[in-house]
Amino acid sequence: MRYLSHSDADRREMLASIGVSSMDDLFADIPQAVTEQFRSIGRRGLSEQEVVSTLSELAARNRADEHACFVGGGVYDHYAPSLVDHVLLRSEFYSAYTPYQPEISQGTLTAMFEFQTMICELTGMDVANASMYDGATAAAEAVLMAERLTHRGRVAVAGTLFAHVRRVLDTYGWASGIEIVELPHLPSGACDLSNLPGDISALVLQSPNAFGVIEPLEGVKDRIGDALLVVSTHPISLGLLAPPGHFGADLVVGEGQPLGLPMAFGGPLLGLFASKKEYLRQMPGRVSGRTVDADGTVGYTMAAQTREQHIRRERATSNICTNSALCALAATVYLASVGAGGLRQVGELCAGKAHYLAERITALDGFEMPFSGPFFNEFVVQVPGDAVALHRRLLDAGVLLESPDGLRMHGLENALRIAVTEKRSRDQLDRLVDLLGGAR
Amino acid sequence: MRTIFDYPQHEAVGGVFPEPDVPTVDVDRMIDAALLRGDRPRIPDLSEPTVVRHYTALSKLNYGVEDGVYPLGSCTMKYNPKVHETIARLPGLANAHPLAESTTVQGTLAFLYHLSELLGGIAGLPAVSLQPVAGAHGELTGMFLFKKFFEMRGATQRRRILLPDSAHGTNPASAAVAGFSVTQIPSNDDGLIDLEALECELDETVAGVMLTVPNTLGLFESGILEVTERVHAAGGLCYFDGANLNAFLGRARPGDMGADVFHFNLHKTLSTPHGGGGPGAGPIAVSELLVEHLPVPRVERDGDTYALDWDRPESIGSVHSFYGNVLVAVRAYAYLLHLGDEGLRAVAEDAVLNANYLQARLKSSYTLPYDRLCKHEFVLSGVDIAEGISTLDVAKRLIDYGIHPPTVYFPLIVREALMIEPTETESVEELDRFADAMERIAVEAREHPELLREAPHAAPVRRLDQTLAARNPVLSYPFDERVEDGET
Repeated sequence: MRYLSHSDADRREMLASIGVSSMDDLFADIPQAVTEQFRSIGRRGLSEQEVVSTLSELAARNRADEHACFVGGGVYDHYAPSLVDHVLLRSEFYSAYTPYQPEISQGTLTAMFEFQTMICELTGMDVANASMYDGATAAAEAVLMAERLTHRGRVAVAGTLFAHVRRVLDTYGWASGIEIVELPHLPSGACDLSNLPGDISALVLQSPNAFGVIEPLEGVKDRIGDALLVVSTHPISLGLLAPPGHFGADLVVGEGQPLGLPMAFGGPLLGLFASKKEYLRQMPGRVSGRTVDADGTVGYTMAAQTREQHIRRERATSNICTNSALCALAATVYLASVGAGGLRQVGELCAGKAHYLAERITALDGFEMPFSGPFFNEFVVQVPGDAVALHRRLLDAGVLLESPDGLRMHGLENALRIAVTEKRSRDQLDRLVDLLGGAR
Repeated sequence: MRTIFDYPQHEAVGGVFPEPDVPTVDVDRMIDAALLRGDRPRIPDLSEPTVVRHYTALSKLNYGVEDGVYPLGSCTMKYNPKVHETIARLPGLANAHPLAESTTVQGTLAFLYHLSELLGGIAGLPAVSLQPVAGAHGELTGMFLFKKFFEMRGATQRRRILLPDSAHGTNPASAAVAGFSVTQIPSNDDGLIDLEALECELDETVAGVMLTVPNTLGLFESGILEVTERVHAAGGLCYFDGANLNAFLGRARPGDMGADVFHFNLHKTLSTPHGGGGPGAGPIAVSELLVEHLPVPRVERDGDTYALDWDRPESIGSVHSFYGNVLVAVRAYAYLLHLGDEGLRAVAEDAVLNANYLQARLKSSYTLPYDRLCKHEFVLSGVDIAEGISTLDVAKRLIDYGIHPPTVYFPLIVREALMIEPTETESVEELDRFADAMERIAVEAREHPELLREAPHAAPVRRLDQTLAARNPVLSYPFDERVEDGET
């Protein structure tokens, strides 16, 4: 086995130095009633070359690269500069453990500190943690945190959260006995706040929402009393859009995958979590903080650890331990390499191309946008006729769109959600329009 | 440490993204100006060489598995094969969208299905979910399953989880997040679960137990069958924390010990990189009782075709956006294909051999509270090293020898604990380098205690002030301070 370092002679000498005569002696404490039931997995080991060819064949069975991807819904096909992955491949980063020994983890801790800063800058918030698993669990943790702060047992959530975020929220909410009240949407596609339930611990909105519509956040905080305003957001949109923090959001969460991570069939992802400073003691997850060493030199260490499970156990603010540290590093390096200027540029490209496409599609006979609200990179179109059949024809023509089933969960029939990134060329956009136009 | 915010700003650099190839209009003609941001996020615009040099410099301040032995107890810091990084970057796998039509992602669904089968085989349990993305997330999912199980049977009074006082901190935290209360069971003089104390707590309010096998002292619970039998007899369920699976691969299966839920840490046992704290993966295997409650979707096979099945009415729902950490799972799958049965057994043998070798060497220089053969790890105590010297001092001094310290101050039941897990990938030479350093430090502690108290001396920074970081948290870059510095 390639990854073991002993010779059989080494093993014999080591056994002798321990004072046992065989490997089996080292396992004598496992009850025989257990070991006699043991069954192997029935597999012969493969060489590295065989492993690579097996996995390459499996990868080739995926047809991701053959299609122009217009699927979004929280995970997007963005371009990441090459340097991002080169940094991730430094084994000092990828093979290191959680930085519990700060003196030999300054690389990880400094990058965490930079990440937290960048997320605060993007979201307009005071503090951010070093990452959660994904945008969905970040939203669920935000609800649990609001509940710890206010103890109302009820949250209001927009019906326009992504379905996968809502599913996770439902699971966590069920286990914690939190009632989840769903709010309808307006003709604009934005959340309808006219019948807000009373006595809620939080209002959870998503912007841009599941219809791609940018929520008007102005004044929302004033309408919910002392409940927390939780906003789930798309980080690339924040190069252009006013950050939720500017509208008084208490907690901002989101999916960080667009910041330099591959789509990866949905994992690993990157949960973003930012808060107002006053709630720091209830925030879940790790944070890196600035301090000094014995000589007064600035360095970084894990801060506010008394919130965490390894110290507070059942009274911790969350059970999270392992997070998405390397994904957070990817996002940090991505943002550092494109800069504020590049972030704005990529936002303009996404918005510009999405609006060009939307305009061309709605010029086609029978295609309409059901919502009047402004959008960023993603929008919904109502199609004439059977969206399922249309979706299948597009797939056969090499264009990948999300199944209409996704929107059916939001009560829309014969509609398609279309996402556009900077990677979609004008040729691809025009071809999609031609295919849709020929579909009548 | 210099941060990315400390470099002189370059003019807008650009060059990553192309010019628009569609007719463009100003942003405020697409989106109402009131929705646009008026400020510019303070993320610097820097040249590529500046950015690359900065992060390369940061990487050099870290200690990684390729720098040497990384003996963190309970963390299984084994070598991460290079080929896994190549495999995880195969474009067909890396570029698949999670909402893509299942016909376009058959390769990914196929390996997810096969990996689930292999993990089920290792656990000796009938079904697996790959959705949990960390060990603690597997624990939480397991606790959700317990909750669902009792809810469906009208036994909602079962609200208590029992766990030993040697348990990982995530165990009680996960139970609490799932809405359970936690009762701690003391360990006996042998470091194992006190069966009588357990028996006393077992009643109709108990949902189950959370166990770690071998436990965090590195000791196999030799009475494991009695424990799980009694819990089951009392109507409870058994959760097994899989952090220490490396100790018995190829020899025993949690399903045969009475586990109802067992979580894998793919980033420990199956060698996927820890990433400086994540991403990991925490798949769970479950007994027949809990299969119908597993998270949705499930990957199903029909002949040569694979599909996602959402139609599980008794499921707890979803615990992650999509299907778990797929690119972590593919590394673990590649590792299992390479190992096969012989490799799995060899991994556990060398892991246990290495731990016992170190334990035998170090017990003459340090106190060994539980002096018997260990499994993949063991725990020393720093109480008697020398007057005024703590375990933390020993840990920091190890850094001067170019070695990552072990886990310290855990498990909580050993005072001044040093928890050592060498893993199977370390050579005799590397184990000896570690043991030599530990022995020399034990001598230094008596003869030159200041060397320990002031350690580290040879790290990028000296010992950091944790209290300051806790008392006065500075959690993001103080831009305003920089301006002031510049003016003075």
